[in-house]
Amino acid sequence: MIVAILETTGQTVPKSALVTIAAAKQAKAAHGYQKAVGVVVGGQGVEAAANEAARFGLDEIVYVQHASLEPYLALAHEAALRSLLEELSPKLVIACATTRGKDLLPRLAARLDAGQASDVIAFLPGGGFRRPMYAGNIIADVEVTSDVKVATVRATAFDVPTAESASCPVRSIEFSGSATSAQQFVRFDTVASERPELTEADVVVSGGRAMKSAENFEQYIAPLADALGAAIGASRAAVDSGYAPNDWQVGQTGKVVAPTLYIAVGISGAIQHLAGMKDSKTIVAINKDAEAPIFEVADYGLVADLYEAVPALTEAIRKAKS
Amino acid sequence: MLLTLAVNTRDGYGRQGSGHYLNNTSWETAAIGIMAKILVPLKRVPDYEIKVKLGPSGKDIQKDGIKWIVNPFDEIAVEEALRLREARSDVEEIVVCSIGPAETSEQLRTALAMGADRAILVVTDEYIDSDAAHRILAELFRRGDYQLILMGKQSIDSDAGQTGQLLGARLELPQATFASKVVIDESWSTAEVTREVDGGLETLKVSLPAVITTDLRLNEPRYPSLPNIVKAKKKPLEEVALQELGVDVSPKVRITAMALPEQRQAGVKVGSVEELVAKLKDEAKVL
Ligand SMILES: Cc1cc2nc3c(=O)[nH]c(=O)nc-3n(C[C@H](O)[C@H](O)[C@H](O)COP(=O)(O)OP(=O)(O)OC[C@H]3O[C@@H](n4cnc5c(N)ncnc54)[C@H](O)[C@@H]3O)c2cc1C
Ligand SMILES: Cc1cc2nc3c(=O)[nH]c(=O)nc-3n(C[C@H](O)[C@H](O)[C@H](O)COP(=O)(O)OP(=O)(O)OC[C@H]3O[C@@H](n4cnc5c(N)ncnc54)[C@H](O)[C@@H]3O)c2cc1C
Repeated sequence: MIVAILETTGQTVPKSALVTIAAAKQAKAAHGYQKAVGVVVGGQGVEAAANEAARFGLDEIVYVQHASLEPYLALAHEAALRSLLEELSPKLVIACATTRGKDLLPRLAARLDAGQASDVIAFLPGGGFRRPMYAGNIIADVEVTSDVKVATVRATAFDVPTAESASCPVRSIEFSGSATSAQQFVRFDTVASERPELTEADVVVSGGRAMKSAENFEQYIAPLADALGAAIGASRAAVDSGYAPNDWQVGQTGKVVAPTLYIAVGISGAIQHLAGMKDSKTIVAINKDAEAPIFEVADYGLVADLYEAVPALTEAIRKAKS
Repeated sequence: MLLTLAVNTRDGYGRQGSGHYLNNTSWETAAIGIMAKILVPLKRVPDYEIKVKLGPSGKDIQKDGIKWIVNPFDEIAVEEALRLREARSDVEEIVVCSIGPAETSEQLRTALAMGADRAILVVTDEYIDSDAAHRILAELFRRGDYQLILMGKQSIDSDAGQTGQLLGARLELPQATFASKVVIDESWSTAEVTREVDGGLETLKVSLPAVITTDLRLNEPRYPSLPNIVKAKKKPLEEVALQELGVDVSPKVRITAMALPEQRQAGVKVGSVEELVAKLKDEAKVL
């Protein structure tokens, strides 16, 4: 049996959970498992999310609802999942490689005495896992030799499944809560945004060090993003310099995106940045240096000063769209 | 004179901790303070500037003649430990440790030159996966008396991002991953850690000892000065043979094949914004 841990937000099933379902289905076929079970763990609203997740072709959904599971804390979720996994005794446990998935899955791997393959992009026939290493410059096939196996999956490598007409069975498992005070939630500072989520967006406009300030992001990148209905991304240099929040960082050690259209503005194209966006369908680069490595991956390169090109592009796109 | 008291740590896991000190000379007024030890595991990785190539076995990269560095996230961990010590007077020792071939001493010396006090190298030429690494690190932790493990969130070669969390679970310790800010309380009983997570910044409070993994914004590591590089040569670096630790290091994850990813072809340069929009509309059909 495969268990797919599905990360839900309130009552909804975000893209990261849907692609995890797709990954579970691929793993089931490729690795020859009988059953793929989705697991939803959280506080209020989890039942609704579980019912929603049941429409995407898994064999069963199991959920645990308990006040101590919201907001997410690794230790509390670990405790809930431990008892649940003991009952289900799966041979493969997967979750999406979101910050939560990355935080939690190795803890479960330690408990299950399992080896973990991180950031899996494909489950190979015969039981192997394919995953990028070295900032995506190497694609490795790995085998996990432990009896129970754990994997995080890269969202961009799996397609969102379509909802089916019939739902699979949904049941809840009791959890009495965990008493640990070793880890306590203090606060969450949200990056408030009306724009689409970076990893879910069809179009992403990213700014680099050349933006020079947070104000310039607002003045130049934001209008272009809004004209395209896009999410905003950033290079590490832009985040480090305080021009953009951490949540926007695209790259090896930030978010991996693969939108239909990615526009890199004033970004040089270091391999660490490319690792997070080079699977985008169409890449546009705007850079004043014709030799910038970003042009080696861009479908369309515009050698120009961004402070002139971006307002003009924003205007032209508004016109083209109207 | 210092009195050492054995006190139960406060994390509810019942781990026996010592290292609580009472200053005997000011008995009446002394608060029970603690002299903390920090363990920083670091990994030897290929320089992030190099373009990796496939090695002849097809299961590894070309390792001959390439430049090796301290994993950047681990450098940030070393720096954070040093800053903690500089900000307060109760850090007794910063111990850096690594698992790897004998040459890994170079990376440990770098950390010593930054300011760490001593180093432990578990020498092995065997292939060590995250599972094996965390078991070894757990053993090193048990042999010391540490209040904190500070380490990288991921190594930039394997991009596995597991070892800290594995270690936390194995040692029954809480964790705070992806840290961008760490504040330790006066008595080394809790840490308030701000984490870089999807959607923003989350702040957690964890009891100590704990595992904290670093993210990029935690600090900017210092460069070791020349005098400190010289001094670091005299700092203790203990080599431990892997067999001595009695840890099972059979890997659970094995690489069976490696390949280069499909290369993206460079496209065209457009001459103007108008041409770009036309291409996006008519050729790429993304507008
Ligand atoms: C451990 C580690 C992890 C990392 N992880 C990431 C990661 O996840 N994501 C990431 O992005 N990076 C990451 N990096 C950093 C990466 O190596 C680069 O340093 C970074 O991507 C550079 O950002 P940049 O392209 O914005 O800045 P620069 O490299 O400084 O590029 C700025 C570009 O802007 C152009 N420019 C300047 N002015 C203008 C103008 N007026 N108009 C048009 N163009 C202009 C310049 O020609 C230049 O090409 C990581 C590095 C390390 C060591
Ligand atoms: C001797 C040796 C030989 C290896 N041979 C190969 C090989 O042939 N092919 C190959 O692809 N990989 C090889 N590896 C790398 C191996 O696959 C693992 O990637 C690695 O040792 C486990 O950590 P990680 O990279 O998964 O860590 P992550 O979980 O990504 O790292 C997180 C943090 O864990 C700590 N950490 C991780 N590893 C160590 C370590 N060794 N010592 C101290 N701290 C550590 C660091 O603080 C790091 O920031 C080898 C490693 C070693 C030590």
